[in-house]
Amino acid sequence: MLAVNFLLLAAVLFCIGVYGVIARRNAVMVLMSIELILNAVSLNLVAFSLMTGTADGQVFALYVIAIAAAEVGVGLAMVLMIYRNRRTIALDELSEMKG
Amino acid sequence: MLGAEVLELSSGWFLENAWLTGLIPVIGFAIILFFGKKLPMKGAEVGLASMAASLVVAVGAGVQWMQRTNSAESHSEEAVGLIQAFGRSLPSATEGESKSFISPVTTTWVWWQNSGLEFGIGSAVDGLAILILALVAFIALLVMVFSVDYVRDDRRYTHFFAAITLFAGGMLIMVMAENMVQLILGWEIMGLTSFMLIGHWWEEEANSRAALKAFFTVRVGDVGLLVGTAIIFFGANQWAVDNLDSNGFNIAAIQAWALSGEANTQFLLWGAVALFIAAIGKSGQFPLHTWLPDAMAGPTPVSSLLHSSTMVVAGVFLVARIYPVFWEGFNIGTGGLSFIAIIGAITIVIAALLAFVQDDIKKVLAYSTVSQLGYMMLGLGTGAWLPAVFHIFTHAFFKCALFLCAGSVSHSGSHHSFDMKKDMGGLRKKMPVTFAAWCVSTLALTGVFPFAGFWSKDEIIDNVGANGYTFLMWVALGGAALTAMYMTRATYLTFFGEPRGAAAGLGHDDAHGEEHEMELISVGAPEPRSLGAAANARNGGEGSASDEPHGGHGGSAADDGSDHHGGPHESGKLILVPIVILAFFAIFAGFANPTPLASRFGEGVELLKKYVEPRATAVVTEEFLASGPGELVVLVDGVAYAPSVTPTAEAGEEGAKKSGCGFDAPEAGTVCFFPGVSHAEPTFAKILLSLAVVAIGYALAIGFCVLFYGRRDSRLVGLTERNKALRGGFLFLKNKYYLDHLYENVIVRAVAHPIAKFAYWVNQHVLDATVNGVGVGTRKAGVWVYDNIDQKIVDGAVNGSGWAASEAGHAMQPTQSGKVSQYGALLFGAATVGAIVLVLVNVS
Repeated sequence: MLAVNFLLLAAVLFCIGVYGVIARRNAVMVLMSIELILNAVSLNLVAFSLMTGTADGQVFALYVIAIAAAEVGVGLAMVLMIYRNRRTIALDELSEMKG
Repeated sequence: MLGAEVLELSSGWFLENAWLTGLIPVIGFAIILFFGKKLPMKGAEVGLASMAASLVVAVGAGVQWMQRTNSAESHSEEAVGLIQAFGRSLPSATEGESKSFISPVTTTWVWWQNSGLEFGIGSAVDGLAILILALVAFIALLVMVFSVDYVRDDRRYTHFFAAITLFAGGMLIMVMAENMVQLILGWEIMGLTSFMLIGHWWEEEANSRAALKAFFTVRVGDVGLLVGTAIIFFGANQWAVDNLDSNGFNIAAIQAWALSGEANTQFLLWGAVALFIAAIGKSGQFPLHTWLPDAMAGPTPVSSLLHSSTMVVAGVFLVARIYPVFWEGFNIGTGGLSFIAIIGAITIVIAALLAFVQDDIKKVLAYSTVSQLGYMMLGLGTGAWLPAVFHIFTHAFFKCALFLCAGSVSHSGSHHSFDMKKDMGGLRKKMPVTFAAWCVSTLALTGVFPFAGFWSKDEIIDNVGANGYTFLMWVALGGAALTAMYMTRATYLTFFGEPRGAAAGLGHDDAHGEEHEMELISVGAPEPRSLGAAANARNGGEGSASDEPHGGHGGSAADDGSDHHGGPHESGKLILVPIVILAFFAIFAGFANPTPLASRFGEGVELLKKYVEPRATAVVTEEFLASGPGELVVLVDGVAYAPSVTPTAEAGEEGAKKSGCGFDAPEAGTVCFFPGVSHAEPTFAKILLSLAVVAIGYALAIGFCVLFYGRRDSRLVGLTERNKALRGGFLFLKNKYYLDHLYENVIVRAVAHPIAKFAYWVNQHVLDATVNGVGVGTRKAGVWVYDNIDQKIVDGAVNGSGWAASEAGHAMQPTQSGKVSQYGALLFGAATVGAIVLVLVNVS
């Protein structure tokens, strides 16, 4: 029963993250939303670890945290560069990739 | 059924590899052609080496053939026949005194095979082939040694040696032929190379005309060869397949078919006629002999080789090789007056008469060759096979020697002239070796005892008479007297009397090509006037009278050290040695088959009869092993004995019915390869008669020469101008019976020109129209294909696929908005859909 609560919490966090990624215009907010999604996944992994009684999920969670840190570092650097070039970090205006 | 006892016959490496004699000169030809000019002797050494190698193989094969024949004799009294021919073993059968058949040793490489019809190339050697192989290689080698000095400094020295090597190779290939296809190959190689050699100095128009004339005249005969081969093939093929598992091109099968008694007489007759036309063209028989004297335009070594052992002998060899076809086709066995004998007899007389009016020493010899070839054909046409072959053998030596002597005289004695009346005379003291060799060869040619020609020519005459052709025998005897006369005339004009022209040392300082007064060769024998004026007219008259009127040698005569002396002198060693060797054989070659001595010393002295003449013995046919294309088949022995065949009757018995091969059909299951030719018994009276005829000829001719040329007897000089009948006869001969006029003005005009016109019309209106029509049609088809298939279907498919891809891209374009949030929404939407699908699949 306890594990189900963890999973529900993770699902809520994931949905919030997805909303943030899709709806926010600010690049920093999008990055933060991605962090929410990642954390929801990490929470899921730990919950499954608890359910199965093995340490695998926890190890995965640690990896995800480490990679998330690196990912945020890269993402913030890109945002910084975009800001320096354009003086804005609004994602609506970044549409050079339009096909 | 026929208890066959198989015995072994000896063979040997040389016999099985006799094909090397033909292959080596062909390789030598290629080497000379490609590398000759870089070699120290400019290619001559390759020619000499290849011919020497061929000679070694041929002589080795000859020795082994004699061992093979002896091995058959030694097996038993009831001699054992043996045959291993054309890829199948045929044990032979004999009885009583008839001798065993010695099978040819066949080495064949089958290069083409289709539905049982095989074409092989290789060697099928029996006594006849080996005799001619060794003869050709020997004569060609000596002629090449002669040429090294004779054509030195010629501008086409290397090409000369290349062509003469291939020429000898062509003859060797033809002689060893196992089937008609290979025979035609060798025959045509000779035709081509003789054209190259006769026209060696083609800058002179007369020479290239002579080469063309030789080529086209022989070509007329070649049509006969092709037609005859085709006729024989269609006649013999089915029989050969049924009885021998062979085919109608195989020479041994043709021989057996002709003697089988099952051959269609029409095929035999017309096949024999067509093949004999080929022999007429090649061997210079009447009426196609006109090319031979003109062929003297070539260098003397070429004349020598062409007239002694190759080319002209090819026609005689063809007849001797497939003799059963002629034997049956012309009924020679039953004493029929054959086409061959008539042509041979006519040729003997007309050529001998023509030799009297020639001033060119080489043309005298050329007509002499034609006449001697007539003897060979007469012999073959009357059943005297062995004497005819023997005459090929002896004639090669003395005729080659005579030509080389003529070459020697012109080289060193008469300053490259061949005109006996203008530039020769009195040379016997200046050129003693040449003179001696010439005399020996002349005595051999005229048939004086004991020189070579006596044994062979008298054999022919004797056998012609013994076979019942009395009239032809007298014709041949008359020819012998004529031979003695014209050779005396030539000898007298060349070596006796007063030196004239170049022989007297005149003209040696003249530059060649200087304008000389043209001396018209008009009617009449030599008058004092023309003799006196001869010196200045050396280069006048016929272009072919002078051997080397131009070119490297003629123009740079001073390069030849021997010409510094000015006057006539003896030739160098390279020229004399071959002449002396040939003169030696001109004396002794006759002892290869001295039939008149057989009664005293036994039959053992008749070497050619024992080793060369195929035995007229029926042979049992048996199973054989088939060979496929590309296989090398070496067939050697296979001997058997079957006591069921009647022996051949000995000839000479008047009225006795002859039986055996060539007269009766061989028993079922057996075949014959050679008819039972008869051999005349020589008698002392006959020999004396022919010697007396020759002696009378000599006496008449010597008396005439002394009176006419020596003393200028007023009763004789100018006789042809005073007496109308004689004048007419002389003109008739001088113009060579008007045959050249007939050919050039009548036949060529009447036949060739309309044919040419018709051919041109056909070319323009039929062939060109067809070609143009095909071209136009093809173009239209091309345009249609371009419009309809290429443009519409192929291009449509290509463009359509491009268009489809482009449209699909445009349809998807809106999704690529470039907005990150939209991409995220798509990503998560897709993930959601994927998750739902996953859940549904797993749950259900």
